[in-house]
Amino acid sequence: MGAFLARRLAGVIPVIFGVSIVIFMLIQLAPGDAATVLLGPQASEAAKIELRHTLGLDQPLVSQYVVWLARTLSGNFGTSIATQLPVATLVVPRFLNTLILTFGSLVLAVAIGYAIGLFAGLRSHSLFDRLSMSLALLAGSAPPFWLGLILVLLFAIQLRWLPVSGMQDMAGNGGWLDVLHHLVLPSVTTALGPAAIMARIVRSSVIEALGRSHVRVARAKGLSRATLIRRHVILNALPPIVTITGLQLGYLLGGALLTEVVFAWPGLGALLYDSITARDLPVIQATTLLIALAFVLANIAVDLINAALDPRLREA
Amino acid sequence: MSAPASLVVTDLRTRFGSDRVGATVVDGVTFTLLPGRTTALVGESGCGKSATALSLMRLIDKPGRIIGGSVTLNGRDLLGLSESEMEQVRGAAIGMIFQDPLTSLNPALTIGQQIVETLQAHRPMSRADADRTAIDLLTRVGVTDAARRIGDYPHHFSGGMRQRVLIAAAISCSPSVIIADEPTTALDVTVQAKILRLLHDLQGAMGASLLLITHDLGVVASMADEVLVMYAGRIVERADVDTLFHDPRHPYTKALLACVAGIEDDRSVPLEPIGGSAPDLWNPPVGCRFAPRCPVVQDVCRSQDQPLRRISAEHEAACILVEEDRMHG
Repeated sequence: MGAFLARRLAGVIPVIFGVSIVIFMLIQLAPGDAATVLLGPQASEAAKIELRHTLGLDQPLVSQYVVWLARTLSGNFGTSIATQLPVATLVVPRFLNTLILTFGSLVLAVAIGYAIGLFAGLRSHSLFDRLSMSLALLAGSAPPFWLGLILVLLFAIQLRWLPVSGMQDMAGNGGWLDVLHHLVLPSVTTALGPAAIMARIVRSSVIEALGRSHVRVARAKGLSRATLIRRHVILNALPPIVTITGLQLGYLLGGALLTEVVFAWPGLGALLYDSITARDLPVIQATTLLIALAFVLANIAVDLINAALDPRLREA
Repeated sequence: MSAPASLVVTDLRTRFGSDRVGATVVDGVTFTLLPGRTTALVGESGCGKSATALSLMRLIDKPGRIIGGSVTLNGRDLLGLSESEMEQVRGAAIGMIFQDPLTSLNPALTIGQQIVETLQAHRPMSRADADRTAIDLLTRVGVTDAARRIGDYPHHFSGGMRQRVLIAAAISCSPSVIIADEPTTALDVTVQAKILRLLHDLQGAMGASLLLITHDLGVVASMADEVLVMYAGRIVERADVDTLFHDPRHPYTKALLACVAGIEDDRSVPLEPIGGSAPDLWNPPVGCRFAPRCPVVQDVCRSQDQPLRRISAEHEAACILVEEDRMHG
């Protein structure tokens, strides 16, 4: 297992390296010019040239990349163009806020998705199965920003049960209970899509595992239904479930962008949205790199769990 | 017929589908298994051999169900048991071995775990005791170095070795009946012989009844004491093994034997395939189900069911010709 982990971690380095090149290039490819955006259309050519020189934008691409990479590797993400604050101080608290939202959504999605998928799979073609899968289809196809607005309208504005937006009450003294209260609507909004996908995957892998020959052999051994389902059905249904959960975790870490904007949740997605609007290059770079890193790490976690579940993967 | 029967099956009927539209794949099957004896159940694919075996274990999945008859194991009616009572019978009083050892083991559990779970399902036993018993069982079925291999996963084992492991699990609670559903069909010929010998030896040592399901008449000749020939959900002939091979009475049995090549056969005479195809059980023919393919069919066979007719205490065949032979013989 140790060798497996080392091998997987070593595989991360070229991936992150590739991601960093793509991120760097993408921003170069984007139309427009940071100096023009920053100084405005009326700025003189001389001022623009001076700014480009200060930011290092007049250097050849390769040397720009090397400088950026060396700086980033040493933990210095640069200074935000828009706010003139160090990028790290902007990004890190936002990342923590996104982690809170991600965790809340993931717990909800797993609880709802796994439970529905398991019951539907064990009783496939029952009324519950057909009803829940239709609902999952509906929930999975509702765009999160629209869903968010509907939930706000219902639970925050009409019923006044929950706060409209933000992470804490302006007037309140904060505390985790207040955060939790604010967490409900955005995490429900982001959780429903992943929950629907998980329910469908859990259902189909449970059905697939139920149909395997060794399940019939296990029944012929006289195992109780609970043991049978735990050891012979769920254990073998898990690998695709873990994989899709990891992918959804990656999506939640980086992709809760619209939800964060709708609910004014001060997370990474909202920051990315703001920095793209402001063409704040260092912030965009640091944010996307962090999201990519989180995605890669989530996938390593998936590989590790699957290797723990399937002896054939451990040895491969 | 001195020893009491271990398993008595009477008029067993298993149906897939509804009362109106469906197929009765096991249709009035009756037989008896005796301790220490091997009974072979032979027939073509789809004739209801496996459905019969699964019905005995009450493992028929929906939309299939047992619609009639009785299955009595050591005097206990299995069809009347609750599901949890039946769980106590499966794996304990009846052990079953399946066709494909490559898919019959759970890839995520070790060999040891898969034997221990059977033991612990039926006996109050500590894990250490169960492990020791599992090692003994594996050694008994011919797995060398069992104490070390108990922690290995199925993919470390060859097909033949996996079937040995499955046999070890099936006999772990000393069942009085062992059902082996085509246990060697998926294996190499050289391995087949070893597995069959193992089954034969174990059954002899344990004094259990063995119901051996196969389509291989060579296996029948070398293993069975008694043979049941099944066709389209019904038993068409029952005989001890010598009688079946030397004096078959049902035209289907005769046709089945004519399909087998012997080493001393004249190769210029081609093997005789059975004309036509097995009947559609969703729409079975009226009368004898073999009538459409029967070379000696009579008018009455097309309109009336032909029940099993007694030839001797050890021999029955479901054919009208048994009557004629009796009159002329």
